[in-house]
Amino acid sequence: MIEARDLSKHYGDKLAVDHLSFTVEPGQVTGFLGPNGAGKSTTMRLILGLDRPDTGSATIAGKPYRELSEPLRTVGALLEAKAVHTGRTAYNHLLVLAQTQQLPRRRVDEVIDLVGLHSVARKRAGGFSLGMGQRLGIAAAMLGDPEVLVLDEPVNGLDPEGILWIRNLMKQLAAEGRTVFVSSHLMNEMAVTAEHLVVIGRGKVIADCTTKEFIERSSERSVLVKSPDAGRLAEVLVAEGAAVTAADGGPLTVRHLEAPRIGELAAREGLILHELAPQRASLEAAFMELTRESLEYGEHGPVHGSTAPTGRRHGGGQP
Amino acid sequence: MTTAPATTHPGLATTTRARHPFGPLLSSEWTKIRSVRSTVWALVLLVVLTLGFTVLINGLTVAQWNKTDASQRADIQADPVWQILGAGFQLSQLTICVLGVMVITSEYSTGMIRASLLAVPTRIPMLAAKSVVFALLVFIVGEIAAFPSFFIGASILHKHAPVALSDPGVLRAVIGAGLYLAVLGLFALAIGALVRHTAGGITGVIGFVLVLAPLAQLLPGSLGRHVHAYLPSEAGHLIARAHRGPDDLLSPWQGFGVFCLWTALLLAAAMYLLVRRDA
Repeated sequence: MIEARDLSKHYGDKLAVDHLSFTVEPGQVTGFLGPNGAGKSTTMRLILGLDRPDTGSATIAGKPYRELSEPLRTVGALLEAKAVHTGRTAYNHLLVLAQTQQLPRRRVDEVIDLVGLHSVARKRAGGFSLGMGQRLGIAAAMLGDPEVLVLDEPVNGLDPEGILWIRNLMKQLAAEGRTVFVSSHLMNEMAVTAEHLVVIGRGKVIADCTTKEFIERSSERSVLVKSPDAGRLAEVLVAEGAAVTAADGGPLTVRHLEAPRIGELAAREGLILHELAPQRASLEAAFMELTRESLEYGEHGPVHGSTAPTGRRHGGGQP
Repeated sequence: MTTAPATTHPGLATTTRARHPFGPLLSSEWTKIRSVRSTVWALVLLVVLTLGFTVLINGLTVAQWNKTDASQRADIQADPVWQILGAGFQLSQLTICVLGVMVITSEYSTGMIRASLLAVPTRIPMLAAKSVVFALLVFIVGEIAAFPSFFIGASILHKHAPVALSDPGVLRAVIGAGLYLAVLGLFALAIGALVRHTAGGITGVIGFVLVLAPLAQLLPGSLGRHVHAYLPSEAGHLIARAHRGPDDLLSPWQGFGVFCLWTALLLAAAMYLLVRRDA
């Protein structure tokens, strides 16, 4: 189990993590989801004791990471940035780590077989492809047969076969009762792997729920409406409880109202409709929608909260 | 490829153990050093070059003996050990400076430091183990270079400046050459750990060892003499002299003590910052 309580961290005057609190339970894969720059890696570094939080604390199996003796036996971590000396062979890299935890050499051979790096185990890690590097990182994480796994973007650089492999591995590890905490910026990847999601944006928790709930909440139906009287129509729809997103001069995206009802309302008000098209947002689009307001970079059109309907339209940028 | 973890008992391995026993960390740091090829080659090269330069410089000294002026001859005859060892060690100390810095900065440049600190989150034991292993290794390699250097050099100089291992201070000086290199290695390691950057670290150490000494000599009068004498490398290499020279402010052991103090302070600062800084 991982517990983060009120974690904050800033680098210079940039706030990377903003009073985060969440719990990662054992026995399931918990996805840690957020756009690039949302603070996922920083949060993981704080949990792993690599960086010191400005406020708050994190514990793993009840203890701060720095207080774990032989921590690799409790926590296995895969960091996003490479953590391997390029001049050392894969075998020796793992041996170096195994020796600090008093693990037998046999265990090094076991994890090399586990990740399928047998043929290159005696080659220098500097020559490894991104995918091989990820596998070596997984091997290092599994070295101490840990009850908790913290994996930062593990599918990065893996080929489709590798992605399937890591997915199954994570599910299996969770099924064995371990705590598996895995970050990703890809909603679709998490949808098929994680049972629980912690979603963050700009260093804050946006959602902390089961993946099922998240999908139901996020991928709700919307209706695309084109009308020469878009402004009037939007007011009418909002008054009926709809959430309306409008691109400048473009079509409206309407939530919380079904297409037939929108048509009826337009008819009642005598407004012309050019197009009325029910849509089902992709999971990825829903995720982007949810996290857009918290996006660090990128260009955005006006957004009206998908959870809290507002009357704003034709807006010109972020609130 | 297999999807089955080798063992399937989560939490089984978390039985309480003694906190950070030091022995395993020594093995780990030893594996780190021996498993990077460039380090091994640098140390082999160090021995070869030290011996080579001992032969070359001492050979030249003997060949030029009749053209050398009397005061220089007297210097050599007063302390032949320094003449013999100094030749090779002027060179090998640079190798140790670079290696000492890189033993730690290469962890930062490759990202290995994160794996190291995840394994030893209290951090100081990791740096301590690295220091012990590296210093011991350099001491042993230093002696492997020093003793043959001494015997080869002594036989070359024999006719003009005879010296034997049993002469007063000579054995201590030869062992001292290895000691000097070992502490120099730690000195460089500490600066590398403070700077966390290979180029910056090497520049810093070389600055201390090669640039500061001649600069200090430019300072006027006794101030310059004192500053110069207490500089780390200047004080440190006195241990490789058979006896205290007429102009030396410090005895060999005092000088070595000063050098050790410098190194201890830098290592303490490095450890303090290692724990405080984000990795």
